[in-house]
Parts: sequence; C-alpha cells; structure tokens
Amino acid sequence: MLVDILRSTLPMAGSDVARDWDAFYAFLTWTSTIFFVGVVAAMVIFTIKYRHRAGHKADTEVHGNVPLEIVWTVIPTILVMVVFVWGYALYRDMVTAPGDSVEIKAIGKQWLWQFQYDDGRSYTNKVFVPVNRPVKFIITSEDVLHSFFVPNMRVKKDAVPGRYTTVWFEATAEGAHIVYCAEYCGTQHSGMLATVYAVSPEIWRRFIQGREIDENKLASGAADEVTMSAAATESKGGAERPISLIDQGRGLVASKGCVACHSVDGKQGIGPSLKGIHGAGVDFANGDHLEARDLNYLREAIEFPNARLVKGYGPMMPTFRGMVSETELTAMLEYIKSLK
Amino acid sequence: MAHTSHDGENYLNHEKGLWSWLSTIDHKRIGVMYLFTVLVFFFIGGVAAMLVRAELFRPGLTLMTADTYNKMFTYHGTIMVFMVVIPLIPSAFGNFVLPMMLGAKDVAFPKLNLASYYVWLAGALVATASLVVNQLDTGWTFYTPYSIRTSTSASWVLLGAFIMGFGGIFTSLNFIATIHKLRAPGLTWGRLPLFVWASYATAIVQLLATPVLALTLFLVVLERSTGIGIFDPKLGGDPVLFQHFFWFYSHPAVYIMALPAMGIISEVIPVHARKQVFGYWAIALATFGIALVAFVVWGHHMFVSGQSELANFLFSLITMFVAVPTGVKVFSWVATLYKGDLHFRMPLLYAFAFIFVFTIGGLTGVFLAALGSNVHLTDTYFVVAHFHYVMVGGTIMGMLAGLHHWFPKMSGRMYSEGWARVSWFLVFMGFNITFFPQFIVGSQGMPRRYYDYVPEFTTLNQISSVGAWIIGVGFVLMALYLLHALFRGAKAPPNPWGAATLEWAQDSPPPFHNFDKDPVVTHGPYDYRTSH
Ligand code: HEC
Ligand SMILES: [Cu+2]
Ligand SMILES: [Cu+2]
Repeated sequence: MLVDILRSTLPMAGSDVARDWDAFYAFLTWTSTIFFVGVVAAMVIFTIKYRHRAGHKADTEVHGNVPLEIVWTVIPTILVMVVFVWGYALYRDMVTAPGDSVEIKAIGKQWLWQFQYDDGRSYTNKVFVPVNRPVKFIITSEDVLHSFFVPNMRVKKDAVPGRYTTVWFEATAEGAHIVYCAEYCGTQHSGMLATVYAVSPEIWRRFIQGREIDENKLASGAADEVTMSAAATESKGGAERPISLIDQGRGLVASKGCVACHSVDGKQGIGPSLKGIHGAGVDFANGDHLEARDLNYLREAIEFPNARLVKGYGPMMPTFRGMVSETELTAMLEYIKSLK
Repeated sequence: MAHTSHDGENYLNHEKGLWSWLSTIDHKRIGVMYLFTVLVFFFIGGVAAMLVRAELFRPGLTLMTADTYNKMFTYHGTIMVFMVVIPLIPSAFGNFVLPMMLGAKDVAFPKLNLASYYVWLAGALVATASLVVNQLDTGWTFYTPYSIRTSTSASWVLLGAFIMGFGGIFTSLNFIATIHKLRAPGLTWGRLPLFVWASYATAIVQLLATPVLALTLFLVVLERSTGIGIFDPKLGGDPVLFQHFFWFYSHPAVYIMALPAMGIISEVIPVHARKQVFGYWAIALATFGIALVAFVVWGHHMFVSGQSELANFLFSLITMFVAVPTGVKVFSWVATLYKGDLHFRMPLLYAFAFIFVFTIGGLTGVFLAALGSNVHLTDTYFVVAHFHYVMVGGTIMGMLAGLHHWFPKMSGRMYSEGWARVSWFLVFMGFNITFFPQFIVGSQGMPRRYYDYVPEFTTLNQISSVGAWIIGVGFVLMALYLLHALFRGAKAPPNPWGAATLEWAQDSPPPFHNFDKDPVVTHGPYDYRTSH
C-alpha cells in the first residue's frame, strides 16, 4: 500500500529484485517523510507559539537538555544502521548473478551499445533476453566511460574501458525495457539508448536455435509471427551462419600467433599453456599470488603482459594492446575460458 | 558599547578610489571584494543555469545543439562549485566578520590575506579562460578518459582550481592563526560564536584536502607529458583511479561548502529568536565530527564504477555516520526556537528556508548512501536534485541568511523588508519548484547530463524550468533592492538585531580600525539577558 502510493514516481518494476528495491525505496521515503514532517511541524508550532508580539519574552534559561540530545543522536544512529544493513542486503542480491545465468556481452562505444551472444550473433542497440531466467551482461567500453542502466530492472553499472564489469537481472515482465547510458560520454550521451526485449520461453527457444526475432511484432505475441522461419533468417543474414565466439577465438589465437608460445593442451612452451587457466590460481614472479584468474586478469595479461609476470617465465610476450579489437578480445577470452 | 569617536569615519569612506580598495589589507574590505567578485561569478554561473533549463524545456533541440548544451552545464557546474560555493562564505563573510567576532583588529596576517584574494582571482581567471578558450565539455567532474580525449583544457581548469585552492589555504591559515592568537580577553573557547567554530573546521578541511588536488593535477600533467599510464587505459592506466583522486578532494569540498553555511545558521537563529543556542557544544562537536568523516567517504560517489565490493561496503557504512551529526545540528537549531521570541526578519526567514531544504537534502543523501538504493538512483536527476538541495538549499540559503544579517553592518544601510520578503518567497518557492520535480524524474530513470529525454519526462522538466526562472526573478529583485539600499537605504544602527557577538559592538559600517577600546568579553555569544 505504502509502496503503491509511490508507484507513479518509479518506472515499472520488471523483476523481483526491482520489487524489493521499491519496497526499500518506500521505507526510505516514508521514514524520511516522518522526519521531515516532524521538523517542519516543530518549526510551525514554534512559529505560532513563540512569534514576537507585545509582552512575549524568550525564556533565556533553556540552553540544552542532555537526555533529549542523547535520544536524537541514538535514534538516528540506529535507523541509519537499519538502512545500511537493508541496503547492503539488497545490493548483494542486485550484484550476485546466479550461476546458471544466460551470458551476454555488452560493449559501449560513442554512441551505441553493441550486444554479443556466445553463438556469434551481435546486435546494435537491441538485445533479446528470456523472461524468468537470470541474464548476466559482461560490460566493457571501447572508448570512454559509459554506464549501462536499465531503470525497469533498477540496475546500473559503468562500462569501463580496459576492464569488464557485470550486471544481471531476471526479467519477470515480457516486453521492451529501455537502456540508458548513465555516465556522461560526450555529444550523443543522451541519444545512447538501447532496448532490452524480454521474450517468452517459446520465442527464446527459437531464438537460440538460430532464428531471428522481429521486435516490432513482439507485442502481437504469437511465436510463429515473431520469429522468422529458418529460411527467412538464412536469406536475411546471408548464407553463412554466424561463427560462435569460441570458434572465432580459436581462429584468432591461431592467426595472431599466440600458439607459437602457448599450447592449448597443457604442455609448457615459451609461455604457460592456456588450458585450464581461467578460474585457477597463479603465482607471479614478484611473489604475489592471485586466487582465481578472471576475465580482467586475462585481458591484462594480453594487453599489458609485463604488468605481472607469471612465475617461471621471462618477459617474452609482446603486448597486443591496440592490435586486437574489443570484440576480438572478447572472443579470445571466451575461447581461453572454454579450454577446461 | 557602540561609540562614534570618528565623526562618521568608517572603513568604506576613510580612503577613496579604486586603488585604495585594490591595495587594501583591511579584512573588511577584502571580504567585500571577495563578496563582489564571487557574486559576479554567481551571475555568470546563473545565466548558464537559465540556459540549461531553457534547453530542457522541451525534449530534443529547443535552443542550442548538444555540444553547446554540454559546454553550458560544464560552465555552470565548474563556475558554481569552484568560483562560487567553495569561496563564498569563508572568504567573503569569514573575512568580514570573523576578526570582529573575535574582537581583533584584523586577521593574523593581513598581507597574506590580500595575497589570498589575488591568488584566488588568478586561479579563477585561469579556470574561466580555459573554459572559454578550450570550450570544455567534460562536466565539472573531468572524468578520464573522456577529459583526456576531448581537449587539454581539463588540466588547465584543474590548475585553476588548484591555484584557487592556494588562495583558500592562505585564508585558512589566517583564520586558524587568528582564532588561536587574536581572541579578545575573556573570549574563551566556550564563548566562541559557532560561526567561528565552523570556520575553524572548514579551514582544517581546506588545508588538508587541497594538496590532493595538486597531486591529481600533477599526475594528469605527468601522464600527458611522459605518456606513462596513470588514468588512461590506452596507456595501461586506470580511469577509476582518477575518480578516487577527484572525490578525495571534492567530497571534503562539499563540507568546505556546507559547514560555513551551517555556521551562519547557528549565528542567525539565536539572534532572531532572542535565545541561547540549544546545545552549543553538541553543534560545535558535530561540526568537527562532520569534518572528520568528510575525508573517508569519497567512494560513495563510485558505487557503480566497478570499485571493489569491499570498498562499496565500507564507504556506504561510513557515509551513514554523516547523517547523525547533521541530524543533531538540525534538531538543535529547531530546539533553539523553543520558548524563544521569534522575530521574522529576513535572516530568520532564510534560516527557516535553509532548514526546510537542507533537511530534504540530508534525508535524500541517505537514499544515495545506502548501496541498494544508490544503484538505481546514482547518475540520475535524483542526484542532481539532492546536491542542489544541499548546495543551493544549504550553502546559498545560508549565505542569503548571512547576507541579510550582516548587510547593515557591511553597508551601514537597511534594505526594504517588504521587497526582501517578496524576493525570499520567489527564491524559496522557485527553488522547490525547480528541484523537487527532479527527484521524481530521477527516480523514474532520467539520467543526468541529458540534452534530450523521452517524452514522458516533459512535464516534470517544464515545471523545473519554470521554477528556475522564478528563482532568477527572485535574484534580480534582490539585486535591485540591495542596490537601492546601498545608495538610498535608511542608516543602519550599530546593532539593529540586538545581537551579542562583538561585530555588532561597533558602528555600522565599522570604523577603519576595529574597536577603539579593546573589547573585553564577559558573557557567551548568545546571551541576550543583558542586551535589549
Ligand atoms: C613470444 C611469445 C608469446 C606470444 C606470441 C604470446 N605470449 Fe602470452 N605469454 C608469454 C609468456 C612468456 C608468458 C608468461 C609471462 C607473462 O606473464 O608475461 C605469457 C603469458 C600469457 C598469459 C597469462 C598466462 C597465465 O598463466 O596467467 C596469457 C593469458 C597469455 N599470455 C595470452 C596470450 C595470447 C592470447 C596471445 C596471442 C594474442 C599471446 N599470449 C601471445 C609469451 C607469449
Ligand atoms: Cu553516456
Ligand atoms: Cu561525497
């Protein structure tokens, strides 16, 4: 009920987390309102009772009241701690993606959003996700800072060049959800919009089988109309099916010459084998230790190989900074990830 | 205690001519010079704000291109933050009243004080020149790598801010030395006006924070000249590191802006409520509490920047504690009204406006300090509304309370109470009409720094723009009645409000040499039993 009154000040809640967010927001708003009304009411009452008029004098003896001062220090302290704990718990839910999430890469660049699926398909300023399944976006930027913001899901994360960040949500409402860029990025910052289309399980099933979705027909519903037939998809996208990210990555690791120094089957070469490194720990020449090699570590190893040398190896690897594009890097990392 | 032994001689007329002003080492004149210069910048920044709001009256192109718009909000933000809100109260009102409040002839180092003005002015001119020449469009936050790529001017503005910071350091050193060394006999620490406590805390924050700005600037310049990667990922640098440096200075800067305004409110309320301030020591300690916490909360600006989860946890936790001393202050001010004798003259009206808007600013700060709620609200208009409620609502309303409180002392004239009320009403209403809708449009998802927006946001943006023009009219009216008062206003008595602090214990305007007879303090700053 208290949440409902505030509904008009919020975008539609497109996920369960968004609904939790709204509840927290309602709590904050109503508690703040009580405080604010209290302060203003006191000012109004004092104005009426103690305004200057003939014969009225101030009581100059009042200059403090220790119990009262303790009360108005302790109560806010308790309240802000409640706010902190609640806010932190909500935040954990917002940032911890379930393990079985559908993974989509999002790359921000001046001034568009590029989305990439593992099967190699990629879209500009639109992305399809299934309802009732967690979806995780691996975000980066090709140039300056951007921020991936989906108000209906109440999530936002900066797209930082040279680094991966993540955002996840599980849409419960089918339909179109707007994506804004929320970090200032120049001329077209406010035009850097995209749309998340949350589609039914049936349409999603067809989509991952390779059919294309006609987002203009989504509102009408029927899966047959929305997804183009396999034949139509073929003719539209040309004869060749897109190459999956892993396959693209395998090709790049070969063509960029990585295999001259790195095996992919566990054998040591000039450099360590790439097999099984993602997620595993590593020792560095300088004595440091990393618990688990994640995407951010791996991209650093490729762009700035000498930043942290793997123990037992020399500074032999040339830098590939500027020689691989953001999409190529994504594909290579996807491939290295797959070498289990 | 007021005496007129100089036959109308005062600090304004004892020497004449432009040069006598430009070369003055009198703290009162330096304060007036700061006030005048800052108000000029306030006017320029205000015009930029009006243009920004005009552009946003409709989605799409209304008045100017996206690039022009981006420059406009950059000018507005940079000028208002660095040239107006930071120096306004300490340098203008601090310089004018602080030495007199202490019963001192001047600040401890009068020549350094004049130097501070010129250093600050030089910095302000460097920053302004580079804004105009380089057409800076980065926003006042200069985030890398955008600021590295667009143009070189971000380093020039940073340089300007740093030079201005030096002016601030000089002023701070002066205040600290003056407070320690030049207090009148009998003016014990427990009898210091709360504005002095606030100025003291601000001075410390300014001394400690400004060098970080220097360091950031140094690193930006180093990166440019040698190509070693610090902030630019293309060079192997870390763009998020720049945000750390930037906010390590700029968060404390928020308190450089807010604390002095709180000091003014602590001064104005007792005087016009004719009552001891409620909880003197609680307010003084809360001031230092806020100043201390100010240094360890900067990361709350970066919850979605990709900084570590541990950092997010800690910064959110610590930020929560800002709310407690802030609350203590608000409650104490309101409690001061209890059993008072409230004279609703302009300073008290502005103090009421301050409490009203600042409370909203503070409470919405909690929305942003909590991690979960922050994620959706950060970088939207909710943040824009929040910091305007704190910075305009806080600092500017506090400044206006101070301006109307000390105007008779500074100018020796009274302003028209009637017109002042009309202007107060316009500024207060206009402010809320402008910024309250921005909380809603922000919650609905409109990001900040948007030239264009989806049609659903039109109504709220139009209300906001109309509000901005109402504020504009309010300020124009204020300029008119204050100018009128300067030339035609009734002569001000030495102590029109019956205040008990020392600046009122001499003529209005004060004589060139403060206090012919050295004052001796025998009572607290808000003890009105003996006076009127
Ligand atoms: C001239 C030989 C050479 C080439 C070519 C080379 N590397 Fe390396 N690489 C090394 C060496 C030696 C190391 C270990 C020392 C270090 O950390 O830089 C290494 C380390 C790495 C690591 C970190 C491994 C770990 O165990 O943490 C990754 C990932 C990597 N390389 C990927 C690549 C990719 C991808 C390419 C091709 C684009 C490539 N390398 C090309 C020599 C090479
Ligand atoms: Cu952007
Ligand atoms: Cu801050």
